[in-house]
Amino acid sequence: MTTGYDRREFLRLGGIAGVAFASGLFSTAGARAQAADFHFVQFSDTHWGYAGAANPDAAHTLEKAVATVNGLASQPDFIVFTGDLTHTTDDPKERRTRLARFKEIVSALRVKDVRFMPGEHDAALDRGEAYKEFFGAPYYTFDHKGVHFIALDNVSDPAAKVGDEQLAWLAADLKQRKPDDRIVVLTHRPLFDLYPQWDWTTADGAKVMELLMPYRNVVVFYGHIHQEHHHTTGHIQHHAAQSLIFPLPQAGSQPKRGPLPFDAANPYRGLGTRDVGVSPASGYGIKELPVAKA
Amino acid sequence: MIDRRTTLRWLIAAPAAAGLVVAAAGLAAEPAAREIHISAKRFEYTPSTITVKLGESVVLLLTAEDRIHGFKMPDFNLRADIVPGVTTTVRLTPDRAGKFSYFCDVFCGDGHEDMEGTMIVVA
Repeated sequence: MTTGYDRREFLRLGGIAGVAFASGLFSTAGARAQAADFHFVQFSDTHWGYAGAANPDAAHTLEKAVATVNGLASQPDFIVFTGDLTHTTDDPKERRTRLARFKEIVSALRVKDVRFMPGEHDAALDRGEAYKEFFGAPYYTFDHKGVHFIALDNVSDPAAKVGDEQLAWLAADLKQRKPDDRIVVLTHRPLFDLYPQWDWTTADGAKVMELLMPYRNVVVFYGHIHQEHHHTTGHIQHHAAQSLIFPLPQAGSQPKRGPLPFDAANPYRGLGTRDVGVSPASGYGIKELPVAKA
Repeated sequence: MIDRRTTLRWLIAAPAAAGLVVAAAGLAAEPAAREIHISAKRFEYTPSTITVKLGESVVLLLTAEDRIHGFKMPDFNLRADIVPGVTTTVRLTPDRAGKFSYFCDVFCGDGHEDMEGTMIVVA
Protein backbone atom coordinates (compact mmCIF):
# COMPACT_ATOMS: atom_id res chain seq x y z
CA MET A 1 0.00 0.00 0.00
CA THR A 2 1.33 3.40 -0.87
CA THR A 3 1.14 5.98 1.84
CA GLY A 4 -0.22 9.33 0.78
CA TYR A 5 0.58 12.68 2.14
CA ASP A 6 -3.03 13.02 3.20
CA ARG A 7 -2.33 10.47 5.90
CA ARG A 8 0.35 12.61 7.36
CA GLU A 9 0.28 15.37 9.79
CA PHE A 10 2.67 18.14 9.04
CA LEU A 11 4.01 20.35 11.73
CA ARG A 12 6.42 23.16 11.23
CA LEU A 13 9.33 22.85 13.54
CA GLY A 14 11.38 25.40 15.26
CA GLY A 15 15.03 25.24 14.49
CA ILE A 16 14.65 23.68 11.06
CA ALA A 17 12.89 26.25 8.97
CA GLY A 18 10.68 24.72 6.37
CA VAL A 19 10.90 21.14 7.56
CA ALA A 20 7.56 19.42 7.67
CA PHE A 21 7.34 16.70 10.21
CA ALA A 22 5.39 13.56 9.59
CA SER A 23 4.07 11.93 12.67
CA GLY A 24 3.35 8.26 12.72
CA LEU A 25 6.39 7.22 10.76
CA PHE A 26 7.43 5.27 13.77
CA SER A 27 5.18 2.68 15.29
CA THR A 28 4.47 5.16 18.04
CA ALA A 29 1.72 6.51 15.82
CA GLY A 30 -0.16 9.42 17.19
CA ALA A 31 2.76 10.92 18.95
CA ARG A 32 3.30 14.52 17.96
CA ALA A 33 6.51 15.86 16.67
CA GLN A 34 7.87 18.35 19.12
CA ALA A 35 11.27 19.11 17.71
CA ALA A 36 13.86 17.39 15.62
CA ASP A 37 16.77 16.00 17.58
CA PHE A 38 18.79 16.21 14.43
CA HIS A 39 18.43 16.20 10.70
CA PHE A 40 20.33 14.82 7.77
CA VAL A 41 20.21 15.41 4.03
CA GLN A 42 19.82 12.69 1.42
CA PHE A 43 21.27 13.05 -2.06
CA SER A 44 20.56 10.30 -4.54
CA ASP A 45 21.21 9.36 -8.13
CA THR A 46 23.53 12.20 -9.02
CA HIS A 47 24.79 10.25 -12.08
CA TRP A 48 27.87 12.37 -12.51
CA GLY A 49 29.12 11.91 -16.08
CA TYR A 50 25.72 11.53 -17.69
CA ALA A 51 25.40 13.37 -20.98
CA GLY A 52 22.08 13.34 -22.75
CA ALA A 53 18.95 15.18 -23.72
CA ALA A 54 17.19 14.42 -20.45
CA ASN A 55 19.40 16.94 -18.64
CA PRO A 56 21.39 19.46 -20.70
CA ASP A 57 22.59 20.95 -17.40
CA ALA A 58 24.01 17.66 -16.14
CA ALA A 59 27.50 19.09 -15.73
CA HIS A 60 26.27 21.65 -13.21
CA THR A 61 23.20 20.24 -11.47
CA LEU A 62 25.14 18.56 -8.68
CA GLU A 63 27.16 21.69 -7.98
CA LYS A 64 23.96 23.71 -7.69
CA ALA A 65 22.44 21.22 -5.28
CA VAL A 66 25.59 21.32 -3.16
CA ALA A 67 25.31 25.10 -3.04
CA THR A 68 21.65 24.88 -2.04
CA VAL A 69 22.37 22.49 0.81
CA ASN A 70 25.30 24.65 1.90
CA GLY A 71 22.83 27.51 2.12
CA LEU A 72 20.47 25.82 4.55
CA ALA A 73 20.06 27.95 7.63
CA SER A 74 20.42 24.88 9.79
CA GLN A 75 23.16 22.63 8.51
CA PRO A 76 22.43 18.91 8.79
CA ASP A 77 24.37 16.69 11.16
CA PHE A 78 25.44 14.57 8.21
CA ILE A 79 24.69 13.87 4.56
CA VAL A 80 24.04 10.56 2.82
CA PHE A 81 24.30 9.67 -0.86
CA THR A 82 22.14 6.67 -1.70
CA GLY A 83 23.85 5.48 -4.84
CA ASP A 84 24.38 6.10 -8.53
CA LEU A 85 26.93 8.73 -7.67
CA THR A 86 28.21 8.42 -11.22
CA HIS A 87 26.74 7.38 -14.53
CA THR A 88 28.04 4.03 -15.69
CA THR A 89 30.81 3.57 -18.22
CA ASP A 90 32.51 0.50 -19.63
CA ASP A 91 35.93 2.14 -19.29
CA PRO A 92 37.47 1.45 -15.85
CA LYS A 93 39.69 4.52 -16.16
CA GLU A 94 36.77 6.76 -17.02
CA ARG A 95 34.80 5.26 -14.12
CA ARG A 96 37.53 6.34 -11.74
CA THR A 97 37.72 9.76 -13.38
CA ARG A 98 34.01 10.22 -12.78
CA LEU A 99 34.22 8.99 -9.19
CA ALA A 100 37.13 11.35 -8.55
CA ARG A 101 35.33 14.35 -10.05
CA PHE A 102 32.17 13.50 -8.13
CA LYS A 103 34.15 13.30 -4.90
CA GLU A 104 35.79 16.63 -5.66
CA ILE A 105 32.44 18.34 -6.24
CA VAL A 106 30.83 17.05 -3.05
CA SER A 107 33.92 17.97 -1.05
CA ALA A 108 32.53 21.49 -1.24
CA LEU A 109 29.71 20.53 1.14
CA ARG A 110 30.00 22.47 4.36
CA VAL A 111 29.07 19.40 6.32
CA LYS A 112 32.02 17.04 6.35
CA ASP A 113 30.31 13.98 7.78
CA VAL A 114 29.22 12.45 4.49
CA ARG A 115 28.22 8.81 3.97
CA PHE A 116 28.22 7.15 0.59
CA MET A 117 26.54 4.10 -0.90
CA PRO A 118 26.94 2.70 -4.39
CA GLY A 119 24.33 2.35 -7.09
CA GLU A 120 24.46 -0.15 -9.93
CA HIS A 121 25.90 2.54 -12.21
CA ASP A 122 28.88 2.88 -9.85
CA ALA A 123 29.46 -0.71 -8.91
CA ALA A 124 27.69 -3.38 -10.93
CA LEU A 125 30.14 -3.68 -13.83
CA ASP A 126 33.19 -4.30 -11.63
CA ARG A 127 31.44 -5.56 -8.49
CA GLY A 128 32.31 -2.40 -6.63
CA GLU A 129 36.05 -2.48 -7.20
CA ALA A 130 36.46 1.17 -8.24
CA TYR A 131 33.81 2.39 -5.83
CA LYS A 132 35.64 0.83 -2.87
CA GLU A 133 38.88 2.53 -3.89
CA PHE A 134 37.20 5.89 -3.42
CA PHE A 135 34.60 5.33 -0.72
CA GLY A 136 35.47 2.16 1.15
CA ALA A 137 33.05 -0.53 2.24
CA PRO A 138 29.76 -0.57 0.31
CA TYR A 139 27.79 -1.68 3.38
CA TYR A 140 28.28 -0.63 6.98
CA THR A 141 26.56 0.76 10.04
CA PHE A 142 26.88 3.88 12.12
CA ASP A 143 25.05 5.32 15.07
CA HIS A 144 23.94 8.87 15.59
CA LYS A 145 22.12 10.30 18.58
CA GLY A 146 20.32 7.10 19.44
CA VAL A 147 19.48 6.00 15.92
CA HIS A 148 21.16 3.00 14.32
CA PHE A 149 21.84 3.48 10.60
CA ILE A 150 22.43 0.52 8.31
CA ALA A 151 23.75 1.09 4.79
CA LEU A 152 23.02 -1.87 2.55
CA ASP A 153 24.56 -2.71 -0.82
CA ASN A 154 22.05 -4.20 -3.26
CA VAL A 155 23.91 -3.21 -6.42
CA SER A 156 27.48 -4.53 -6.46
CA ASP A 157 26.04 -7.87 -7.52
CA PRO A 158 24.81 -7.05 -11.04
CA ALA A 159 21.82 -9.28 -10.43
CA ALA A 160 20.67 -6.84 -7.73
CA LYS A 161 21.18 -9.18 -4.82
CA VAL A 162 22.21 -8.32 -1.30
CA GLY A 163 23.70 -11.79 -1.12
CA ASP A 164 24.11 -14.38 1.59
CA GLU A 165 27.28 -12.90 3.07
CA GLN A 166 25.74 -9.47 3.58
CA LEU A 167 22.50 -11.00 4.83
CA ALA A 168 24.46 -12.89 7.49
CA TRP A 169 26.26 -9.66 8.41
CA LEU A 170 22.91 -7.87 8.67
CA ALA A 171 21.44 -10.63 10.82
CA ALA A 172 24.42 -10.46 13.16
CA ASP A 173 24.10 -6.70 13.44
CA LEU A 174 20.37 -6.84 14.11
CA LYS A 175 20.86 -9.41 16.85
CA GLN A 176 22.56 -6.68 18.83
CA ARG A 177 19.52 -4.42 18.57
CA LYS A 178 16.53 -4.30 20.87
CA PRO A 179 13.09 -4.70 19.26
CA ASP A 180 12.22 -1.05 19.82
CA ASP A 181 15.56 0.43 18.72
CA ARG A 182 15.32 3.18 16.10
CA ILE A 183 16.78 1.81 12.89
CA VAL A 184 17.21 3.60 9.58
CA VAL A 185 18.13 1.56 6.53
CA LEU A 186 19.85 3.37 3.68
CA THR A 187 20.15 1.66 0.32
CA HIS A 188 19.89 2.23 -3.41
CA ARG A 189 17.22 -0.04 -4.83
CA PRO A 190 13.80 -0.62 -3.28
CA LEU A 191 13.81 -3.54 -0.89
CA PHE A 192 10.26 -4.44 -1.89
CA ASP A 193 8.70 -5.23 -5.26
CA LEU A 194 7.81 -1.68 -6.23
CA TYR A 195 7.39 -2.50 -9.89
CA PRO A 196 9.13 -5.68 -11.05
CA GLN A 197 8.13 -4.98 -14.67
CA TRP A 198 10.73 -2.20 -14.61
CA ASP A 199 13.10 -4.09 -12.36
CA TRP A 200 12.33 -1.77 -9.47
CA THR A 201 13.06 -4.32 -6.82
CA THR A 202 15.88 -6.16 -5.05
CA ALA A 203 16.21 -9.80 -6.00
CA ASP A 204 16.50 -10.96 -2.39
CA GLY A 205 14.89 -7.92 -0.79
CA ALA A 206 12.29 -10.13 0.86
CA LYS A 207 15.05 -11.74 2.91
CA VAL A 208 16.16 -8.32 4.13
CA MET A 209 12.61 -7.40 5.05
CA GLU A 210 12.20 -10.68 6.92
CA LEU A 211 15.23 -9.82 9.02
CA LEU A 212 13.99 -6.28 9.69
CA MET A 213 10.39 -7.13 10.41
CA PRO A 214 10.83 -8.03 14.14
CA TYR A 215 12.06 -4.50 14.81
CA ARG A 216 9.29 -2.04 15.46
CA ASN A 217 10.96 1.21 14.46
CA VAL A 218 12.50 0.74 11.06
CA VAL A 219 12.41 3.22 8.18
CA VAL A 220 14.08 2.81 4.79
CA PHE A 221 15.43 5.66 2.65
CA TYR A 222 16.51 4.76 -0.86
CA GLY A 223 16.83 6.03 -4.44
CA HIS A 224 17.03 4.32 -7.85
CA ILE A 225 13.57 5.29 -9.11
CA HIS A 226 14.35 9.01 -9.50
CA GLN A 227 11.19 10.26 -7.85
CA GLU A 228 9.61 10.72 -4.47
CA HIS A 229 7.69 7.62 -3.45
CA HIS A 230 6.31 6.30 -0.19
CA HIS A 231 5.36 2.74 0.60
CA THR A 232 4.64 0.63 3.62
CA THR A 233 5.56 -3.03 4.14
CA GLY A 234 3.83 -4.07 7.34
CA HIS A 235 5.01 -1.46 9.82
CA ILE A 236 8.15 -0.53 7.83
CA GLN A 237 8.04 2.55 5.68
CA HIS A 238 10.10 3.08 2.54
CA HIS A 239 10.82 6.55 1.16
CA ALA A 240 12.37 6.99 -2.27
CA ALA A 241 14.20 10.20 -3.09
CA GLN A 242 14.33 12.34 -6.19
CA SER A 243 17.43 12.29 -8.34
CA LEU A 244 19.73 15.07 -9.47
CA ILE A 245 19.88 14.06 -13.11
CA PHE A 246 16.44 13.35 -14.58
CA PRO A 247 13.08 12.20 -13.26
CA LEU A 248 11.67 8.82 -14.21
CA PRO A 249 7.97 8.21 -14.83
CA GLN A 250 5.65 6.81 -12.23
CA ALA A 251 5.65 3.03 -12.22
CA GLY A 252 3.62 1.68 -15.12
CA SER A 253 2.49 5.12 -16.28
CA GLN A 254 4.08 4.64 -19.71
CA PRO A 255 5.34 1.65 -21.68
CA LYS A 256 9.03 2.25 -21.03
CA ARG A 257 10.94 3.37 -17.96
CA GLY A 258 12.97 5.98 -19.83
CA PRO A 259 13.59 9.48 -18.47
CA LEU A 260 10.90 12.10 -18.60
CA PRO A 261 11.69 14.68 -21.28
CA PHE A 262 13.61 17.76 -20.29
CA ASP A 263 11.42 20.79 -19.63
CA ALA A 264 13.38 23.90 -20.59
CA ALA A 265 10.84 26.14 -18.88
CA ASN A 266 11.29 24.24 -15.63
CA PRO A 267 14.69 22.60 -15.89
CA TYR A 268 14.81 21.21 -12.35
CA ARG A 269 11.30 19.80 -12.29
CA GLY A 270 11.32 16.50 -10.45
CA LEU A 271 14.90 16.88 -9.23
CA GLY A 272 16.22 17.68 -5.79
CA THR A 273 17.55 16.50 -2.48
CA ARG A 274 15.80 15.74 0.78
CA ASP A 275 16.07 16.99 4.32
CA VAL A 276 15.11 14.42 6.95
CA GLY A 277 14.42 15.54 10.48
CA VAL A 278 14.71 12.86 13.12
CA SER A 279 12.93 12.94 16.41
CA PRO A 280 13.27 9.56 18.07
CA ALA A 281 10.40 10.43 20.35
CA SER A 282 7.93 10.81 17.54
CA GLY A 283 9.06 10.33 14.00
CA TYR A 284 10.73 11.62 10.90
CA GLY A 285 10.15 14.81 9.01
CA ILE A 286 10.72 14.84 5.29
CA LYS A 287 11.14 17.91 3.18
CA GLU A 288 12.05 17.79 -0.47
CA LEU A 289 14.63 20.43 -1.34
CA PRO A 290 14.96 22.04 -4.77
CA VAL A 291 18.15 21.89 -6.81
CA ALA A 292 18.49 25.65 -6.63
CA LYS A 293 16.77 28.41 -4.78
CA ALA A 294 13.90 29.92 -6.74
CA MET B 1 2.17 -9.39 -6.54
CA ILE B 2 3.83 -11.90 -8.80
CA ASP B 3 2.75 -15.07 -7.12
CA ARG B 4 -0.88 -14.12 -7.25
CA ARG B 5 -0.72 -13.17 -10.88
CA THR B 6 0.73 -16.25 -12.35
CA THR B 7 -1.01 -19.52 -12.91
CA LEU B 8 1.48 -20.84 -15.41
CA ARG B 9 3.31 -24.03 -14.95
CA TRP B 10 6.93 -23.11 -15.09
CA LEU B 11 10.24 -23.81 -13.62
CA ILE B 12 13.70 -22.48 -14.26
CA ALA B 13 16.78 -24.24 -13.09
CA ALA B 14 20.18 -22.69 -12.56
CA PRO B 15 22.70 -23.40 -15.31
CA ALA B 16 23.85 -26.96 -14.92
CA ALA B 17 27.30 -28.40 -15.41
CA ALA B 18 26.05 -30.15 -18.50
CA GLY B 19 25.64 -26.77 -20.11
CA LEU B 20 22.02 -27.22 -20.97
CA VAL B 21 19.18 -26.44 -18.70
CA VAL B 22 15.84 -28.00 -19.32
CA ALA B 23 13.22 -27.66 -16.69
CA ALA B 24 9.54 -28.20 -17.02
CA ALA B 25 6.71 -29.05 -14.76
CA GLY B 26 4.82 -32.06 -16.00
CA LEU B 27 7.10 -32.39 -18.99
CA ALA B 28 6.29 -36.00 -19.73
CA ALA B 29 2.58 -35.32 -19.98
CA GLU B 30 2.89 -32.35 -22.31
CA PRO B 31 2.81 -32.32 -26.09
CA ALA B 32 5.83 -31.25 -28.09
CA ALA B 33 6.43 -27.56 -27.62
CA ARG B 34 7.47 -25.07 -30.26
CA GLU B 35 11.00 -23.83 -29.78
CA ILE B 36 11.76 -20.12 -29.96
CA HIS B 37 15.37 -18.97 -29.98
CA ILE B 38 16.17 -15.67 -28.32
CA SER B 39 19.69 -14.26 -28.45
CA ALA B 40 20.86 -11.63 -25.99
CA LYS B 41 23.62 -9.08 -26.35
CA ARG B 42 24.16 -5.58 -25.06
CA PHE B 43 21.54 -4.02 -25.14
CA GLU B 44 18.99 -6.03 -27.11
CA TYR B 45 17.27 -9.31 -27.55
CA THR B 46 16.87 -10.86 -30.99
CA PRO B 47 14.06 -11.17 -31.71
CA SER B 48 12.73 -8.37 -29.57
CA THR B 49 9.15 -9.46 -30.20
CA ILE B 50 7.83 -13.01 -30.10
CA THR B 51 4.28 -14.11 -30.74
CA VAL B 52 2.65 -17.18 -29.24
CA LYS B 53 -0.89 -18.45 -29.09
CA LEU B 54 -2.93 -18.60 -25.97
CA GLY B 55 -2.47 -22.04 -24.47
CA GLU B 56 0.41 -22.92 -26.77
CA SER B 57 3.33 -24.64 -25.13
CA VAL B 58 6.60 -23.04 -26.13
CA VAL B 59 10.21 -23.47 -25.15
CA LEU B 60 12.40 -20.38 -25.09
CA LEU B 61 16.02 -21.20 -25.92
CA LEU B 62 18.08 -18.34 -24.53
CA THR B 63 21.69 -17.66 -25.49
CA ALA B 64 24.08 -14.77 -24.79
CA GLU B 65 26.54 -13.44 -27.38
CA ASP B 66 28.78 -11.24 -25.28
CA ARG B 67 28.38 -11.50 -21.51
CA ILE B 68 25.95 -12.67 -18.88
CA HIS B 69 22.48 -11.22 -19.20
CA GLY B 70 19.21 -11.81 -17.47
CA PHE B 71 15.79 -12.76 -18.74
CA LYS B 72 12.91 -11.64 -16.60
CA MET B 73 9.21 -11.71 -17.37
CA PRO B 74 7.49 -10.70 -14.12
CA ASP B 75 3.97 -11.12 -15.46
CA PHE B 76 4.59 -14.86 -15.66
CA ASN B 77 7.04 -15.00 -12.77
CA LEU B 78 9.85 -16.11 -15.06
CA ARG B 79 13.52 -15.31 -14.72
CA ALA B 80 16.81 -16.87 -15.72
CA ASP B 81 20.46 -16.03 -16.15
CA ILE B 82 21.71 -16.23 -19.73
CA VAL B 83 25.35 -17.25 -19.67
CA PRO B 84 27.59 -17.24 -22.76
CA GLY B 85 28.19 -20.77 -23.99
CA VAL B 86 25.10 -22.12 -22.29
CA THR B 87 21.61 -22.54 -23.71
CA THR B 88 19.11 -21.71 -21.03
CA THR B 89 15.70 -23.22 -21.58
CA VAL B 90 12.46 -21.77 -20.31
CA ARG B 91 9.18 -23.54 -20.95
CA LEU B 92 5.84 -21.86 -20.64
CA THR B 93 2.23 -22.17 -21.68
CA PRO B 94 0.60 -18.75 -21.52
CA ASP B 95 -2.90 -18.74 -20.14
CA ARG B 96 -3.59 -15.06 -20.80
CA ALA B 97 -3.68 -13.01 -23.95
CA GLY B 98 -1.92 -9.66 -24.20
CA LYS B 99 1.49 -8.07 -24.44
CA PHE B 100 4.07 -8.96 -21.82
CA SER B 101 7.53 -7.51 -21.52
CA TYR B 102 10.76 -9.31 -20.81
CA PHE B 103 13.96 -7.55 -19.92
CA CYS B 104 17.52 -7.93 -18.72
CA ASP B 105 17.83 -7.84 -14.94
CA VAL B 106 21.61 -8.31 -14.78
CA PHE B 107 23.13 -4.86 -15.09
CA CYS B 108 25.16 -4.78 -18.30
CA GLY B 109 26.06 -1.13 -18.92
CA ASP B 110 24.79 2.16 -20.26
CA GLY B 111 21.74 1.00 -22.14
CA HIS B 112 20.85 -1.83 -19.78
CA GLU B 113 17.56 -0.17 -18.94
CA ASP B 114 16.57 -0.32 -22.62
CA MET B 115 17.25 -4.03 -23.04
CA GLU B 116 13.80 -5.48 -23.31
CA GLY B 117 11.43 -7.34 -25.55
CA THR B 118 7.75 -8.17 -25.84
CA MET B 119 5.87 -11.45 -25.90
CA ILE B 120 2.53 -11.13 -27.64
CA VAL B 121 0.01 -13.76 -26.68
CA VAL B 122 -2.85 -13.93 -29.17
CA ALA B 123 -6.20 -15.50 -28.37
